[in-house]
Amino acid sequence: MNAIATTRSSPSMLAIYAREAGYEFLRMLRMPSFAVPTLAFPAVFYLLFAVVLAGKESNERSIYMLATYGVFGVIGPALFGFGVGMANEREMGWMTLKRAVPMPMGAYFAGKIAMSLLFGLLVVLTLSALAVFAGGVRMPVTTWLELLGTLMVGTLLFCALGLMIGSAVRAQAAVAFVNLVYMPMSVLSGLWMPITVFPQVLQKFAVVLPPYHLAKLALSIVGVGQANALQVFAILAGYTALFLAIAWRLQRTRESAGS
Amino acid sequence: MHAVATMKPGVSKLDVTQTRTPLASLVGASKRYGKVIALDNVDLQVLPGEVLAVLGPNGAGKTTALGLLMGLRRADAGRAELFGLDPRDLASRRLIGVMLQEARLPDTLTVVELVRQFSGYYPTPRPIIETLTMAGLNELAKRRYDALSGGQQRRVQFALAICGRPRLLFVDEPTTGLDVEARRMFWNVLRALTNEGVSIVLTTHYLEEADALADRIVLLAQGRVLAQGTPAQIKAHAAGKRVRCVTSVAVSALSSWPGVDEVAQRAGITELRTNDAEAVLRRLLAADAQLSGLEVLPLALDDAFLALTGLNTAAQEAA
Repeated sequence: MNAIATTRSSPSMLAIYAREAGYEFLRMLRMPSFAVPTLAFPAVFYLLFAVVLAGKESNERSIYMLATYGVFGVIGPALFGFGVGMANEREMGWMTLKRAVPMPMGAYFAGKIAMSLLFGLLVVLTLSALAVFAGGVRMPVTTWLELLGTLMVGTLLFCALGLMIGSAVRAQAAVAFVNLVYMPMSVLSGLWMPITVFPQVLQKFAVVLPPYHLAKLALSIVGVGQANALQVFAILAGYTALFLAIAWRLQRTRESAGS
Repeated sequence: MHAVATMKPGVSKLDVTQTRTPLASLVGASKRYGKVIALDNVDLQVLPGEVLAVLGPNGAGKTTALGLLMGLRRADAGRAELFGLDPRDLASRRLIGVMLQEARLPDTLTVVELVRQFSGYYPTPRPIIETLTMAGLNELAKRRYDALSGGQQRRVQFALAICGRPRLLFVDEPTTGLDVEARRMFWNVLRALTNEGVSIVLTTHYLEEADALADRIVLLAQGRVLAQGTPAQIKAHAAGKRVRCVTSVAVSALSSWPGVDEVAQRAGITELRTNDAEAVLRRLLAADAQLSGLEVLPLALDDAFLALTGLNTAAQEAA
């Protein structure tokens, strides 16, 4: 029964997933309009605000901003790479082709997540190198690994946000839309400067922004303030579920509309 | 379930066609988008070894039909089958290759990288070098996709469609945007594939293409199958002749004559389509002694197509 379709051996799924991730990273790396801002912006801002303009509080700021610019840095690839990329690929027909060929669709999304994580890792490595060599920051390796791990887990949340945005907006509007989300969300979450400099209202508003929670946890790891890791991860997981649910709804609507 | 299981890849084309078990089929398939009915109770079969052309004007449902067969969409009613399975089952799609009408590939990957990526989806892909050779891409292997011309990019898309040694190839408007020479070359490659026993489903709006390549044509219009058969049978559906001449007989008069299906006048030349050329000619010559420039032409497939889909205006035919 149906043996023609089932008796042939299957290709290695692991290899498909690995190749998908590798090529996704490679092609984004070759795209200067994505790779340069994604990798350079957090580093340049960090160098400027945490080192050059930091004055007397230099060391304190270098530690503080390693955590907050780390969060800022991992959001970029997830929103611009995953979110904008997906909106583009849907409209170019690339996604349709991928769905028609015998590729498990999971490999497409896993590739995008892997790409976001790899770029996020590069950003954190760059920031860490600047922190150590230009900012004079010293911390135990275990603390740094904890920070890195937290930022990488946080990236998954922003991948879900990217997926939602990529499902919601047209390719032409995607970059502008992501910028409208990314910049205000980062500033209001206290990624560029502590939210204590903002009016009371804005400080309260920060609580609804996912990066605020991730930054709070990242800061507690490097010794600034307190955070309950479990609570933060629960909040982030909640947001992730919400974004995924909205993305799923949007996809369903799109499908029944025939596009 | 289907007896596809009994066929082996090495079986000759003749044996395969004798079993006549379809490789892919739509059974009473309907699909609507909101209020628009894209497909309305369509039955369609792709038989082993054949080249099937799906013809129809824009909005006829060609792409939706292909989408159902490739598992891109789910039928609202009826069903789609691919090698006896649901097309959304990965196992069934491992036997197909796909070339879509509008698919831009990622700009920054090279030709060989794209081919390697897609080859990896299939259990027994062609060697990369063989795929590149078949698509005429050997010298361009290291070139980035964005550095290729439109025709070269189309060849890469073709390479991705054949890299997995498909038994069934779907090509959506394969030669749109290609120049005449490139189109002929592409036809030759498709014919070479059919000699390997590959079945092909193509949609096209070049009727010449369907006539040149297809063993069978399915004509779609407004989501329904209007006619299907060999190109010769399709042409016979709209049997008749075109008659051209310069005459003083008015178009309005001619259109009321028995046997005249369609009349148009353009640049002083009257052209009519008729299913009874002899009778019409006799009457025409009798009615107009001054008649000149007489030509009697067979219906091209285009005319048959237009007649069947009912989309023709007389002016289009005359042009």
